[in-house]
Amino acid sequence: MGRRNDISHVLVIGSGPIVIGQACEFDYSGTQACRVLREEGLRVSLVNSNPATIMTDPEFADATYIEPITPEFVEKVIAAERAAGFPVTALLATLGGQTALNTAVALHERGVLERYGVELIGADIEAIQRGEDRLKFKDVVRSVSAEVPRSAVCSSLEQVREAADELGLPVVIRPSYTMGGLGSGMAHSSADLERLASAGLAESPVHQVLIEESVLGWKEYELELMRDHRDNVVVVCSIENIDPMGVHTGDSVTVAPALTLTDREYQHMRDVGIAVLREVGVDTGGCNIQFAVHPHTGRLVVIEMNPRVSRSSALASKATGFPIAKIAAKLAIGYTLDEITNDITGETPACFEPTLDYVVVKVPRFAFEKFPGADRTLTTTMKSVGEAMALGRSFPEALGKALRSMETSVAGFWTKPDPPDVTVHSELSALAVPHDGRLYTVERALRLGATVAQTAKASGIDPWFVDQIAGLVELRTELVAAPELDEPLLRRAKRAGISDRQLAAVRDDLAESEITALRHRLGVRPVYKTVDTCAAEFAARTPYHYSAYESDPQAETEVAEQRERPKVIILGSGPNRIGQGIEFDYSCVHAAMALRSSPTPPGGYETVMVNCNPETVSTDYDTADRLYFEPLTFEDVMEVVHAEQASGTVAGVIVQLGGQTPLGLAQRLADAGVRVVGTPPAAIHLAEDRGSFGAVLERAGLPAPAYGTATSFAEARKIADEIGYPVLVRPSYVLGGRGMEIVYDEQTLAGYITRATEITPEHPVLVDRFLDDAIEIDVDALCDGTEVYLGGIMEHIEEAGIHSGDSACVLPPIGLGESDLATVRASTGAIAHGVGVRGLLNVQYALKNDVLYVLEANPRASRTAPFVSKATAVPLAKAAARIMLGASIAQLRAEGLLLPHGDGGDLPASAPVAVKEAVLPFHRFRTPEGQGVDSLLGPEMKSTGEVMGIDAAFGQAFAKSQAAAYGSLPTSGRVFVSVANRDKRAMVFPAKRLADLGFEVLATRGTANTLRRNGIPCSVVRKHFEGPDNIVDLINAGQVDMIINTPYGNPGPRVDGYEIRTAAVFRSIPCITTVQGAAAAVQGIEALIRNDITVRSLQALHAALRALPAAGSSGAQ
Amino acid sequence: MTKPTAVTGGPAVLVLEDGTIVRGESYGAVGQTLGEAVFATGMTGYQETLTDPSYRRQIVVATAPHIGNTGWNDEDDESRRIWVAGYVVRDPARVPSNWRSDRPLGEELSRQGVVGISGVDTRALTRRLREHGSMRSGIFSGDALAEPSQLITRVLASPSMTGADLVGEVTVAEPFIVPAAVQRRFRVVALDLGIKYNTPRMLAARGVETHVLPATVALEQVLEREPDGVFLSNGPGDPATATHAVALTREVLARRVPLFGICFGNQILGRALGRGTYKMRYGHRGINIPVVEHATGRVAITSQNHGFAVAGEPGERFDSDFGPAVVSHFCPNDGTVEGLTCLDTPAFSVQYHPEAAAGPHDAAYLFDRFCHLMAVQNRHSVPNGDLAAVDNRDSAPNSAQERRDNGAEE
Ligand SMILES: Nc1ncnc2c1ncn2[C@@H]1O[C@H](COP(=O)(O)OP(=O)(O)O)[C@@H](O)[C@H]1O
Ligand SMILES: Nc1ncnc2c1ncn2[C@@H]1O[C@H](COP(=O)(O)OP(=O)(O)O)[C@@H](O)[C@H]1O
Ligand SMILES: [Mg+2]
Ligand SMILES: [Mg+2]
Repeated sequence: MGRRNDISHVLVIGSGPIVIGQACEFDYSGTQACRVLREEGLRVSLVNSNPATIMTDPEFADATYIEPITPEFVEKVIAAERAAGFPVTALLATLGGQTALNTAVALHERGVLERYGVELIGADIEAIQRGEDRLKFKDVVRSVSAEVPRSAVCSSLEQVREAADELGLPVVIRPSYTMGGLGSGMAHSSADLERLASAGLAESPVHQVLIEESVLGWKEYELELMRDHRDNVVVVCSIENIDPMGVHTGDSVTVAPALTLTDREYQHMRDVGIAVLREVGVDTGGCNIQFAVHPHTGRLVVIEMNPRVSRSSALASKATGFPIAKIAAKLAIGYTLDEITNDITGETPACFEPTLDYVVVKVPRFAFEKFPGADRTLTTTMKSVGEAMALGRSFPEALGKALRSMETSVAGFWTKPDPPDVTVHSELSALAVPHDGRLYTVERALRLGATVAQTAKASGIDPWFVDQIAGLVELRTELVAAPELDEPLLRRAKRAGISDRQLAAVRDDLAESEITALRHRLGVRPVYKTVDTCAAEFAARTPYHYSAYESDPQAETEVAEQRERPKVIILGSGPNRIGQGIEFDYSCVHAAMALRSSPTPPGGYETVMVNCNPETVSTDYDTADRLYFEPLTFEDVMEVVHAEQASGTVAGVIVQLGGQTPLGLAQRLADAGVRVVGTPPAAIHLAEDRGSFGAVLERAGLPAPAYGTATSFAEARKIADEIGYPVLVRPSYVLGGRGMEIVYDEQTLAGYITRATEITPEHPVLVDRFLDDAIEIDVDALCDGTEVYLGGIMEHIEEAGIHSGDSACVLPPIGLGESDLATVRASTGAIAHGVGVRGLLNVQYALKNDVLYVLEANPRASRTAPFVSKATAVPLAKAAARIMLGASIAQLRAEGLLLPHGDGGDLPASAPVAVKEAVLPFHRFRTPEGQGVDSLLGPEMKSTGEVMGIDAAFGQAFAKSQAAAYGSLPTSGRVFVSVANRDKRAMVFPAKRLADLGFEVLATRGTANTLRRNGIPCSVVRKHFEGPDNIVDLINAGQVDMIINTPYGNPGPRVDGYEIRTAAVFRSIPCITTVQGAAAAVQGIEALIRNDITVRSLQALHAALRALPAAGSSGAQ
Repeated sequence: MTKPTAVTGGPAVLVLEDGTIVRGESYGAVGQTLGEAVFATGMTGYQETLTDPSYRRQIVVATAPHIGNTGWNDEDDESRRIWVAGYVVRDPARVPSNWRSDRPLGEELSRQGVVGISGVDTRALTRRLREHGSMRSGIFSGDALAEPSQLITRVLASPSMTGADLVGEVTVAEPFIVPAAVQRRFRVVALDLGIKYNTPRMLAARGVETHVLPATVALEQVLEREPDGVFLSNGPGDPATATHAVALTREVLARRVPLFGICFGNQILGRALGRGTYKMRYGHRGINIPVVEHATGRVAITSQNHGFAVAGEPGERFDSDFGPAVVSHFCPNDGTVEGLTCLDTPAFSVQYHPEAAAGPHDAAYLFDRFCHLMAVQNRHSVPNGDLAAVDNRDSAPNSAQERRDNGAEE
């Protein structure tokens, strides 16, 4: 049988920016697919707008197009490839999430595939529709005599109302063709119904919603299946949701394998799953089917299927060691399951069903704190921004590890004092409403005296799971009561997954460090087991490990000796969260690649990855030489280090690439005698500690915004008066701009201090002079102690004050003068040396009145490292990893890893222009009243992901970035303009241009006056509070094509325009909130109208770029 | 919801013949038990496993870490009692949770006097059994506890599985009949070598009336029931000792009565056809085991439980006293024989469990094939090798299509 030989060139579509419901799991699957297809000697072309992905690294495809994933652009790519003499023969869209699938369907419907003779492989259109169209799907399920919840598909509110009467409330509302439950929800009242249904109809690309019988509270399960073209089917993994039906699987705590089903029930589920898969006709590849099971009758209904690799597939792959995406790719090109060998055993075939001798727990990570006013209830719409997975030899062990992998303020049960005045009743009633951290509530309820039965009833969580937590509560009582922690008790605690920190929390006589010392003295240490897909039936070749505690003090550990090559341990970045996502995983993966193949020492390094994020490429078992799927806490990391030292020599630990998580461990690791390579902890402190950093700047004579540290409101007011308003206030210990606010006067300051932070000497508040209307500049640089290499200089589009992670930026800078750039270079050099950086450094500047202020320096890989690497054809993270282990920049220039001359700071004038745009999740959140949350940007980061647009000039690049992030900018129609007074003058030219381009301009009175006086025709519309037919009505009526709305004056009015912006968000109309953004948009629109936007592969761009003489050397520019 | 009963019993030890000593807590009954230590990798179906007669005289090590979660019910037994000699687990459930559960597993183990041990690192144990092969072992708790050296002596004194004739210990004393669940089409005599309840159930669903007879019956007693077909069940022990069953099978083959054997039955047919059987290092015990049908290349995920296998190569054709036969199925994991088919005699067998329980239902179609075989054979009462052969050769069984056409031949 084997591979089809009629396929020569496969186009793979990625999933675009990281958004809620579609995260880096698709980078993981896409990367695997590309690898496999190329190993098969096929030409691989790839389209993905997300620069932070590994799959978009030039070496993973023959032609990588960082272009918007829209039918228009993908068609351009297909055309370009054909023109280049490489006609695409097949399209693989089942590994790029819903985005890729929807795009494939669109390409089919537009006849593009037919026109270019491209075959859709994996799943054909009919199968996709049978799987995705909820109505068709229900027929399929019934046709194999299985059950589904009763339902009706509606295209109008009238139909919705009828359906609801028919089924009786509550009902579930679900838009067709959306991902992550977008726009769906549970309607308990007819008010809910109206609200959810209209939103849902809007969200659905086909303007269709499903109204469905509620099976709220039933047990929820998922099966991951694979099928080959010979109709062989295997179930890779079963997943059980601890949170019953009603909470989106993405937001549920889940376990694998299913733990509360008998074989009869499980096999019935398996039979139904397989029958449905066959009937839907997914001809090859992976698919995911969800079921609901009635807890008291066992009645089983099918909820939905995804005829593609999904979030759960990534989870299942990591949970079992069975690489679903990789195998799906092989099946798509003709192999059968029995023809593919199981990587892990190296001898048995892939046509089997993995069996686990451990338990896997996945816990979601939320970011509600970022969206004030957002409803925190968990519903059928996914709201989590990331997840962590943990493996253990028992459920409690895995749960404990998963909870402490969250890296939130609470790290497992008991690590935070109970909220004031909680009672059994308060907790039991809280359990009735699903919420983040529900298992903590379960534990409290039990600890406060609720029975397992009561708790299970209140929460709908299966008694078995509740009882496991009850077991922990009982153990806690023993731990508290024990006169001293003896070996047996300590061992039982560790075996139950309780961390040293948790133990310290329940034993007020011992600190965490003392617990650890005691534990080591008593010889209570974890052993490392292997994920081998077969419960040890066959020997495993892949060192994919997880820690576990066994009762037997002599329990065997499975870590293999390795003494030939020095080992480097790379600490990953943990669960995705806003401010720390895939970009950091990208850098870690690059370090693994670079060090594995490093010319020095001969044979390279043995790379060891530690991470707990199942979505990532870093946790793919063949990314590093060894993988430890472990929480990134000090305790867990130290045990890994211990195990690795015991089995070989550890050259060092890399903490610089995984973002703030590992960086935060640097000092403790060093104190524990672990060698941290790269920028030393002391230097890290210099950059991170506000005071020391201030000193560094002073010594270098670099200006920084005036600031002070206040431990009381009085102090804060005093500082503010000295440095003058507006000021930027924040807690001193923040990440991603947490809790940052711009304050324009004293009373707001008072408000902030009382509201946003409990200010104490331990928790001081930083008060900075806020530089308004300053240009923000981001720099990524490398330093080896001698030389400083600028990776790239990014000019932000939005002004300083909007978090660097949320503002669009352009590289090379388009608006900075020679002298500015020179200052940036000099300052960056001074900081790099002043701090003592060895590896990567990211500096943020604000340029105001020709003064370059230093905002902050991060002595680590930054969010922008991958973007810069792709825009400049230089792999910064790889270089950084090498530098950390002693290579010099000169050496890397010689090797060709870095440019031979010059650097990313002086790109030639002819270099392509790259624009990074952030993608924001506002449309996923609602207030409890169902209103949208404000989409205004500020110093606190809110974006989940980013896209890149790259082209010859700024206009095209910006247009691409917008198309990729939000859908194309309009080229005609109506623009609504309403700007703050300070922006009125600046708005004149963009508005004029838009009018000249034929746009009809609508404006609010004030803005209209300015525009009219400047001879720009425009009509006045009411503000939303000025009565009917106001702007909000127009937006909702779909009569506005673009919105330019900068917040009015300040402070209060900063929230003015809220209704406008939220309306825009829900109708997904481009809404620009800064003048700078408006100017950029105009350039983009012009480019679109000129229609000179072409696509070009990264390989071609890079070749051209590398061929250009560096401006530095040629003295050009 | 029953009040959590802490299962941490008194101390218990598991001793392997190679001297390995594993400490844990007693689970189920307290005392001593001896048997062959084998590991089973199924993640579900402990109740079916424990009640499978093929596990007679074996101490089963569960690789799944949590055991007993769904308790014990009165519906899922696969025979009249628990057969395993002992049970080795890591984490027994504190409370069972399932709408069909009638009592906790631990309680049932004690009730039936099954000695078990918990708190064991079953993965490490499994790795040992994988490397050194299944071995004699014992679980000791309560008064049975003693010096390790003594315990090892007791283990070494126990009989080995090689050469063990255990069928007599599990087979029924008296014949019984399981009527067809639908319109009766055939009568089948099932030789009880350790049969599971689900086998007659699967036959009954296909219009078969099953006469389950003790393993010791003579040919006359089989023939007097005028069977349309004969079924050889699964069972415990070393097939090399099953002389009577083999002789009986040869008689049946000679009379061209359609014959279907599974597991132990596959080994019996193998011997009847002149093939040898041998003991595997650690056997196949799980519900995730792939089997490839040589003729079609189709894969079935199967439920298996065997420590002995028939000698042969995938696809090997060989001559027997009953005409040519072929190794029709094999396991891609290790190339062992998983099925035999006679080409000119209406007989075939598989090494795995088409009746599943526990396990996937992928192989259920084999019962349809057996019915088909009986149907064809009846149509041509006069011996007609070719047709049987044709029927036996053609097969595209596992397809969705056929699954739907099942039983529609008539
Ligand atoms: N009929 C229903 N009653 C109650 N909850 C439901 C129902 N259907 C779906 N859900 C819940 O909503 C979640 C999302 O629904 P699903 O069909 O999986 O959409 P998605 O495509 O977003 O995964 C499910 O995980 C489940 O918890
Ligand atoms: N003094 C300042 N004036 C104007 N904007 C500032 C100032 N300090 C910080 N910002 C804005 O706040 C954002 C976040 O501040 P930063 O110090 O970078 O915190 P983080 O550690 O979250 O990146 C910056 O990207 C910048 O836009
Ligand atoms: Mg779903
Ligand atoms: Mg910053």
